Amino acid sequence: MSNYVIEMLNITKEFPGIKANDNITLQLEKGEVHALLGENGAGKSTLMSVLFGLYQPEIGVIKKNGKEVKINNPNDANDLNIGMVHQHFKLVECFTVLDNIILGVEPSNKMGILQKRDARKKVLELSEKYGLKVDPDALISDISVGMQQRVEILKMLYRDNEILIFDEPTAVLTPQEIDELLQIMNNFKKEGKSILFITHKLNEIMAVADHCTVIRKGKGIGTVAIKDTTKEELSRMMVGRSVNMKVDKKPMKPYEEILKVEGVTVYDKKKKKNTVSDVSFNVRAGEIVCLAGIEGNGQTQFVSALTGLSKMTSGKITLCGSDITHSTIRERSKQGMSHIPEDRHKHGLVLDYTLEDNIVLQKYWEPRFQSNGFIKKKEVREYAKQIIDEYDVRCGQGPLTISRSMSGGNQQKAIIGREIDKNPELLVAVQPTRGLDVGAIENIHKQIVALRDVGRAVLLVSLELDEVMGLSDRILVMYEGEIVGEFKPDEVTVEELGLYMAGAKKQKNIGEDR
Amino acid sequence: MDNNKNLSNTKNSSGFKKFIASNGSVRFMGTVVSIVMGLVLGLILLLATNAPFAIDGMSKILTTAFVDDTGFTKLLYEATPLILVGLSVGFASKTGLFNIGAPGQYTMGACFGLVGCIHFQLPWPVCLVLAAIGGAIWGIFPGLFKALFNVNEVITSIMFNWIAVFSVNLAISNIPKMVSTDWGQANTDKTPTLGLANPNGKIPQGFLGEMFWSDYANIGIFIAIAIAIIIYIVLNKTTFGYELKACGLSQHAGIYAGIKAKRNMVLSMVIAGALAGIGGGLFYLSGVEQFAIVKVVNGMGFNGIPVALLAYNNPLGVIFSSLFIALVNVGGEQLQPDFATQTIDIIIAAIIYFSAFSLVVQQIIRRFLKADESNVNAEPAPVNKENTKVKDNKTEVIVKDADKEVTK
Repeated sequence: MSNYVIEMLNITKEFPGIKANDNITLQLEKGEVHALLGENGAGKSTLMSVLFGLYQPEIGVIKKNGKEVKINNPNDANDLNIGMVHQHFKLVECFTVLDNIILGVEPSNKMGILQKRDARKKVLELSEKYGLKVDPDALISDISVGMQQRVEILKMLYRDNEILIFDEPTAVLTPQEIDELLQIMNNFKKEGKSILFITHKLNEIMAVADHCTVIRKGKGIGTVAIKDTTKEELSRMMVGRSVNMKVDKKPMKPYEEILKVEGVTVYDKKKKKNTVSDVSFNVRAGEIVCLAGIEGNGQTQFVSALTGLSKMTSGKITLCGSDITHSTIRERSKQGMSHIPEDRHKHGLVLDYTLEDNIVLQKYWEPRFQSNGFIKKKEVREYAKQIIDEYDVRCGQGPLTISRSMSGGNQQKAIIGREIDKNPELLVAVQPTRGLDVGAIENIHKQIVALRDVGRAVLLVSLELDEVMGLSDRILVMYEGEIVGEFKPDEVTVEELGLYMAGAKKQKNIGEDR
Repeated sequence: MDNNKNLSNTKNSSGFKKFIASNGSVRFMGTVVSIVMGLVLGLILLLATNAPFAIDGMSKILTTAFVDDTGFTKLLYEATPLILVGLSVGFASKTGLFNIGAPGQYTMGACFGLVGCIHFQLPWPVCLVLAAIGGAIWGIFPGLFKALFNVNEVITSIMFNWIAVFSVNLAISNIPKMVSTDWGQANTDKTPTLGLANPNGKIPQGFLGEMFWSDYANIGIFIAIAIAIIIYIVLNKTTFGYELKACGLSQHAGIYAGIKAKRNMVLSMVIAGALAGIGGGLFYLSGVEQFAIVKVVNGMGFNGIPVALLAYNNPLGVIFSSLFIALVNVGGEQLQPDFATQTIDIIIAAIIYFSAFSLVVQQIIRRFLKADESNVNAEPAPVNKENTKVKDNKTEVIVKDADKEVTK
């Protein structure tokens, strides 16, 4: 008799042309955090969708407490006390927090009238007990991503779920929120709940998990106990080769100025305040400048003003010596600006276009890909194949894959390939590695450094302090729309940076030393 | 390596199945099945209203167009404007806009064409160009309002439909020589017959006139088909089409790519308007029917919506869906006097309505074929790169390594 609450034995799930899961076994003990680690597109989400009843496996059985069960749909999963927090939340934006939590299990009296009082009591109790701070009457559209996630977690708790699946929960959170979440997971563990934790962030696995099952290219590589393993070993299991976690870069002497930003201010009419106020800095050729800061401190607004997605209120932007303050996006692009956008679904891709059409999204108008307004399909296809190859974009039907059907990490790789291959003078990269696994991150960091080494300028906007410290030559900290500090990465500690990012400290001489 | 072997096996054994399960064939089957369902429903309605004539009625609906010259040429004659309004609605949809203003643009096109033909005595190709301009003008307003003030194009174009109806009525009754009484004919509320007013302004019958003994025969259908092909090429082969579709599918991504989304929005409505306008021109410049001053929005423009829907907005598909709807219409007219005109309209509407169920039918077919490729959650293709070669739109797995192991 085993002490496993959930066993997924020899699961095989096929999609046309590929085996997404090939004979994978995963055994979850009661009261443990079990991490599921794998590259983008390795089959983690498919496996969890099988457990949650979204897909039926071709081969393999699922057992709960040693008894074989059949999970045909999410309702079955719910009946077995399995709950899931999806990577992209499934919340009704215009409902309150409480309404979202009780949705589907609404308490009502005999007349069919909602009885929310008990529900509210239960939600408040749960939120108290696990430290999940939420305002039950706030609208989902008004609350932060972190709180939305807490709502999703409360949804599972409200349904008395015992097996909690977290699908890449930390991808959307700020460092502080990640710490809180990991603490919450620890509390669940103490309560005897079992957690399946999908992630590719090794630090988090080392911090909370007890066991880790690694999947590579649809196959189970093995399960290890965290206390007997190291980050390096895990990443080797995941990628299939040893991964260099440190960014390798030689010192580089920056030369001429590529980008000059002077007094850029963006006024937000809705919030009635400046989201970006009087930002000035420069980026030189052969240097990676990083704009660090906690999410929502004006980085997004600054980047849209810089790239031309939105207008700025005042200020001046100079790229390679020419004033681009009032240039259109296409002109900026022609001047040598590349932009890896923050929101890949909204800006980065036309999701219903094929991969090849997306790969030429910033280039289709070049003579190489069109003549007299007719697109040269053959050239486009060949170029797409080249990018797919070089940047290891994994896609079911090659250049003809519909972008929407690709996993997030591979979508991101396609965007990065497209933008770096433009060989820009200035690369504006906003969270380029969000949602990627270590192998892909290593590759992208290499590409960015290589771009710098051939004398291009890079402006990196990142929330990940590891990335900020490892990659940049110069760090600018942004707080409430202002630049509050400028550092060399080897002259500052992460803690120090954190203080500036939180607004506790501020340099006085910003801008004066230039 | 057994993974690879397995993949290649499935590929070989299911070549035919793959073809059947491909998007194109599922769509085609979906359309055919739902058309058949629509016809069955039509038959049931015929049985319910007048059972003894039901079978005869249904065969009339389906065959009238093929029994004599008049039937066949009438089919082509009715399909011609349908193709154009279908293209109009479909083109706008491809770019993310809902052009419910096709009736207004159609009416405007008809008016411009007829004024050019009758008042100014111009030859027919010039009149057709005028018709396109008339429709385009009526398309530009909803486009501009949407682009500049973010006013929903549905509201603007519905209102513009009514403005078109009454301004055209005003224009026809006030511009000299536009009413048939000016030419010695009887009707004060109709334009004169073109044969009398300006034979040069009438679309020629061409070889169709020699082949078929019918007034309905004219070369308009070929112009319509040619335009459909041009629109297909524009949408699928040009950078302009690429930009329009990109903005239609995701405006934000389009803007990010440096595409002038607002300009494209206006252009798209202008083109959609011009297409509907040509539709109006082709219909009335054929000289069969005289333009009548009425107080209702012309139904032909609205028919563009089901035509485009049946064809999934595909310009080439529009040709066939127009022919189908024209077929049912032409056949339906022959049901009198066994059936009341209202009943006939209900039956025709039911057939078209059911035909639009093809999306549902497609899903059923997909489930039947167990082709879960529509699953968006699927994490795709962790296939070994070295073993995969992309060829002819399909991923072919080359079992190099597997073979090696076997030969060893």
